[in-house]
Amino acid sequence: MHGLCGGDLRCLLSLWETPLKNKTILLEHGSGGLASQELISRLFLTHLGNPVLSSLEDSAIIETSIGRLAFSTDSYTVDPIFFPGGDIGLLAVHGTINDIAMRGARPLCLSLGVILEEGLLISDLENVVLSIKEASEKAGVPVVTGDTKVVPKGKGDKVFINTSGIGIVPDGINISVKEARPGDIIMLSGTIADHGVAILTRRAGISIQGDLKSDTMALHRLVQLLVETLPEAVHTLRDPTRGGIATAFNEIAKTAGVGMDIEESKIPIRPEVEAACELLGLDPLYLASEGKFLALIAPEYAAQALDMIRLQPEGRDAAIIGKVTKDPSGRVVLKTAVGGARLVESLSGEPLPRIC
Amino acid sequence: MRHLCEFRDRGLTISLATELDRIVDRPIRFMEVCGTHTMAIFRHGLRSLLPEDLHLISGPGCPVCVTPTGHIDAFIRIACMPGVTVATFGDLVRVPGTNGSLARARSQGARIEVVYSPIDALNLAEQRPKDLVVFPAIGFEATIPGVAATILEARRRKIQNFAVFPAHKLMPPALEALMSQSCFEIQGLLCPGHVSTIIGANAYRFLSMRYYLPCVIAGFEPADIIQALILLTRQVRYGRAEVENAYPRAVRWEGNARAQGLMQEVFEPVDSEWRGMGIIPRSGLAIQPGFSEFDITKRLDIEIPQVQGPKGCRCGEILIGQCMPSDCPLFATVCTPLDPVGPCMVSAEGTCAAYYRYGRHH
Ligand code: SF4
Repeated sequence: MHGLCGGDLRCLLSLWETPLKNKTILLEHGSGGLASQELISRLFLTHLGNPVLSSLEDSAIIETSIGRLAFSTDSYTVDPIFFPGGDIGLLAVHGTINDIAMRGARPLCLSLGVILEEGLLISDLENVVLSIKEASEKAGVPVVTGDTKVVPKGKGDKVFINTSGIGIVPDGINISVKEARPGDIIMLSGTIADHGVAILTRRAGISIQGDLKSDTMALHRLVQLLVETLPEAVHTLRDPTRGGIATAFNEIAKTAGVGMDIEESKIPIRPEVEAACELLGLDPLYLASEGKFLALIAPEYAAQALDMIRLQPEGRDAAIIGKVTKDPSGRVVLKTAVGGARLVESLSGEPLPRIC
Repeated sequence: MRHLCEFRDRGLTISLATELDRIVDRPIRFMEVCGTHTMAIFRHGLRSLLPEDLHLISGPGCPVCVTPTGHIDAFIRIACMPGVTVATFGDLVRVPGTNGSLARARSQGARIEVVYSPIDALNLAEQRPKDLVVFPAIGFEATIPGVAATILEARRRKIQNFAVFPAHKLMPPALEALMSQSCFEIQGLLCPGHVSTIIGANAYRFLSMRYYLPCVIAGFEPADIIQALILLTRQVRYGRAEVENAYPRAVRWEGNARAQGLMQEVFEPVDSEWRGMGIIPRSGLAIQPGFSEFDITKRLDIEIPQVQGPKGCRCGEILIGQCMPSDCPLFATVCTPLDPVGPCMVSAEGTCAAYYRYGRHH
């Protein structure tokens, strides 16, 4: 289960009183924001919860006699399936690899399940499969088992993909959202919102000057380098996918019971992405990246870690964007670029362009 | 987008804020009319930079919020008809009507598509010739010319399975209605930027002349907003009441004549119901008889009853600055962005949503 945590308590409490019975699944239950969190806590965790699942990390860590394994699964539905900078195949490989990497683990192998809609062009499917091949070869993480199903036309949307992955957690590495502690430096491995903007503008049929493309990429090598060179430096890793960095900050802050101070002016964003957000009235803090991580790093290692990340192609634009504080617990404060301050909350609803 | 940068400059913003702090020497209440201003003020954390004595009240400028429940119900009713697709701005999808929302209807099988402009809705109609595609046209003057142009385009392209639900609102009549309420006490108006590009700065003159209300048109960048607040404060201090244009890079005194022409060609003013304000004379738009084939209310003979808003919701009062979200007992307890009771909690431009998302530590 991906990118979820306790959520906003007040929200959850208020919903506790409304019975689930007459409710239907709405699109926003898949947004990665508060509605998704609520569905997971109230339904899945109520019935299936156990200490590993309920920790709601990017991947689960399982103790075995031969060591600790990281295990993760993620499903991919994206419209359009081909978008600037990638396609659903790349996303499905990178996403699961990254979820495993977010525990400091070295990904070993992937499973691949595809659900195809009757009528899908086989050449389109082949292009997706070629992307999967390219991504998994480049990452050195093979697909070792798979499954294919077909549903009647109209019962699916072209292609849905599920990937699961297994990785090995090196000895002595203990990276978890719970490890976040006051004083930690918050580092971002690159620019925000690239994927979200590429998809939204493509879906809206808006063409914008400049080159808007998804940042989908595998991060396990960068993480491995960091973890092997500075094993004690990294406390928490999270990839800000659906819900954006705003939601990721809140998940960490609420789970670890810490506060965060973020400097808006330090957050890397490509100018064309910022311009597109401006035009559409979107807040980039809520838009997905598919090739970036947030790292919470012990302050004494921060400078060294930043230098190291920046030397790698995946981390060229890395920056220190804030720090973890004791108070206000569970709250994220943004110092805005113009010198103001405000709270940052998790995503609620879908990110939508403004009307006027 | 170079021009954005200088108005978002930290040094400039801080020095303007310092100047504002210096000149606010008494409690002052201004209203920001436009939801995009409300949002920008919160997003840039400007409230933390403003003098304590300066109170900003949000006005009736959120398009989704001012649309009354009867209209929302009608949109949902239409969406549930066989053979109909409702193509709508995303903001409208989650707004609660009397029974559920468009989102709820969609989960039960109604055909609802989110579009980003009226022309997208027209294109959708062209792609789905068997469906009747209906576009709920909400919003203020800034969005109206686009809808008018789309109706003209539909005629040009001879697309017959496309119709509009006219639910636009006009800003000046609503401001006039607000001002004529005796209990309405504000000392200045931060006038909307986008709407003013169309109607022009002259459109606010009646407020300064008839009601002696200072009006300043503002852009949406932090420095724009604070600069406009400085101009308003100066007017108050020196006892002036004028219209000033602090957004000259986008707004002209006479507005955009071409856009106004488009509006008049396709629409005509009618009395219209606003959430919280009831029926305001000539504050809405109907489609001209010459274009009635694109008017869904005529085509399907849709009645729009006046119905009560959600129980306990105070959106209506919030929209006219008579209470704050924190005055609503449902705020942040029963009513949250996750499970909104009223439209002000749904829309990104809604006051309750803005206070919920950004403002709760103040
Ligand atoms: S908090 Fe909710 S119920 Fe109360 S006024 Fe706002 S939208 Fe309506």
